[in-house]
Amino acid sequence: MNQTSVTSMQRVLTTLGHREPDQVPFFLLATLHGAKEVGLPIKTYFSDPDNVVEGQMRLLAKYRHDCIYSFFYAPVEIAAFGGEVIFMDDGPPNSGEPVIKKAGDIKNLAVPDVKNTPCLEKVLTATHRLKERVKDTVPIIGVVMSPFSLPVMQMGFDRYFDLMFDKPDLFAHLMQVNQAFCLAWANAQLAAGATAICYFDPISSTTITTRDMYLKIGFKIAKQTLAKINGPTATHMASGRCLPIIDDIAATGTAAVGVSCHENMTLIKNACRDKLAVIGNLNGIEMCRWSSEDAENHVKEVITKAGPGGGFILSDNHGEIPFQVPDEVLMAISEAVHEWGRYPLNWTADK
Amino acid sequence: MTDKTVDAFTRALLDVDRLAAKQILQKRGHDTSPIKFAEDVVLPALERIGAGWQAGTLALSQVYMAGRICEDLIDQILPPEDPDRKNQPKMAICILSDHHKLGKIMVYSFLRASGFDLADYGVMEVDDLVGQVKKDKIDILLISVLMLPSALKIKAVKQKLARLGCDVKLIVGGAPFRFDDQLWKTVGADAMCRDASDAVAVIEKIMEGMA
Repeated sequence: MNQTSVTSMQRVLTTLGHREPDQVPFFLLATLHGAKEVGLPIKTYFSDPDNVVEGQMRLLAKYRHDCIYSFFYAPVEIAAFGGEVIFMDDGPPNSGEPVIKKAGDIKNLAVPDVKNTPCLEKVLTATHRLKERVKDTVPIIGVVMSPFSLPVMQMGFDRYFDLMFDKPDLFAHLMQVNQAFCLAWANAQLAAGATAICYFDPISSTTITTRDMYLKIGFKIAKQTLAKINGPTATHMASGRCLPIIDDIAATGTAAVGVSCHENMTLIKNACRDKLAVIGNLNGIEMCRWSSEDAENHVKEVITKAGPGGGFILSDNHGEIPFQVPDEVLMAISEAVHEWGRYPLNWTADK
Repeated sequence: MTDKTVDAFTRALLDVDRLAAKQILQKRGHDTSPIKFAEDVVLPALERIGAGWQAGTLALSQVYMAGRICEDLIDQILPPEDPDRKNQPKMAICILSDHHKLGKIMVYSFLRASGFDLADYGVMEVDDLVGQVKKDKIDILLISVLMLPSALKIKAVKQKLARLGCDVKLIVGGAPFRFDDQLWKTVGADAMCRDASDAVAVIEKIMEGMA
């Protein structure tokens, strides 16, 4: 393919079809760096969808990557349920005190109306305006938390585990509420212009729950939910491991999986071949102290292991680049992908 | 106590079978003190489970439930103020600056199930934490974080404690430290734990240095 004539959308669709495009697609899943680009504090940046539109467009031009990330921050969904969001000057907004403080609160939990919830409306507005800017040339990636993973923010990890093991009826009710919200939220983003939905499901990772539990709960919920989302999906483990459940993840109907830097990328690629595209898996935390040379070496390593044959999108391992990662490192990653990611990857044969 | 006992106890924990775990505890011989049971059975079982999580063969849910079951069991035979609890330095544990409690709860459970006792400060910000540690004359402070910005604040805790002349050993843990094995040094900690069961060995090593 002629490199200059290929749009990001074509590049990504080709790799999702498990074929080699002109070059390895690069998803810079950066949210907070948009605030840096437009020179605003993080809280101010997210207060107006036009800031996010401008931030994403500047990131796209600067780093020449292959997606728009319309994701604001994870606790936007908690805010929709009436919960607290704590903004920081140097990191992603965090969820505050759990919105479910005792098990009984679950019975009273209502599904937020996604079209009449101001924090969600801002995301939808940004998505719509981003779509007007990029049209069909660049995929816009929207985000939902899986019904199975959202309770970590709704009620805290510890109470969620206690609920899972000790109160199956309330747990089932919570899953119903979350599933209804997840579907409405995903489909609203697609209607606003998102190309695909990234389904964040770290609780399903084998780092957090066993495969048995995944098959009993997380898998079933994912399969039901993804089938009703009106567009393509990718499942992201947000740094959690998933090699033992790769076939199960593929069976949920998702098109791609975001994997941890703790995974052996060669094994992951072999397990996913022709079933799932692989997204990953640069270590976002370590990235904070990488040199440009480190960045190039890590990019080359992951391309060597996962690039051949297509079905691979280079990205970080968590789905969100830490605010502390210097621009120079992001630029070095971008340059390395453009330098070493051109197909055919003949140079990898020597590795 | 035999390896078979540890095997059976580990199995009971992984199956979240509180009854089976309790039966193993009740079957211990009269010559086995509660603290000896904690050291010879509970701790090795929790260490195996922690190692399994680090190796990717076990899940966090299993580590968490194992810690909670053990803490409950040991509390029944070795109450918090029991003089049989280990002779130990003054310790406290906290979450710094975020609201994700799981890591702290697991470390707290593992330590108490292993016969240690420690203060639980809950969620703290830097200045309040420093003041509390000074007031309580804490020797070892365990800090759990989930978010990277919270981890980076540990540097300020260390600096402020040093300025007040507090000789406190800082042990840190949480996701950012598992993804960057140099980060604990960057923030000025004395040690890091990769999982909850690490904490016992790390504390015992620090105690040797303090002796």
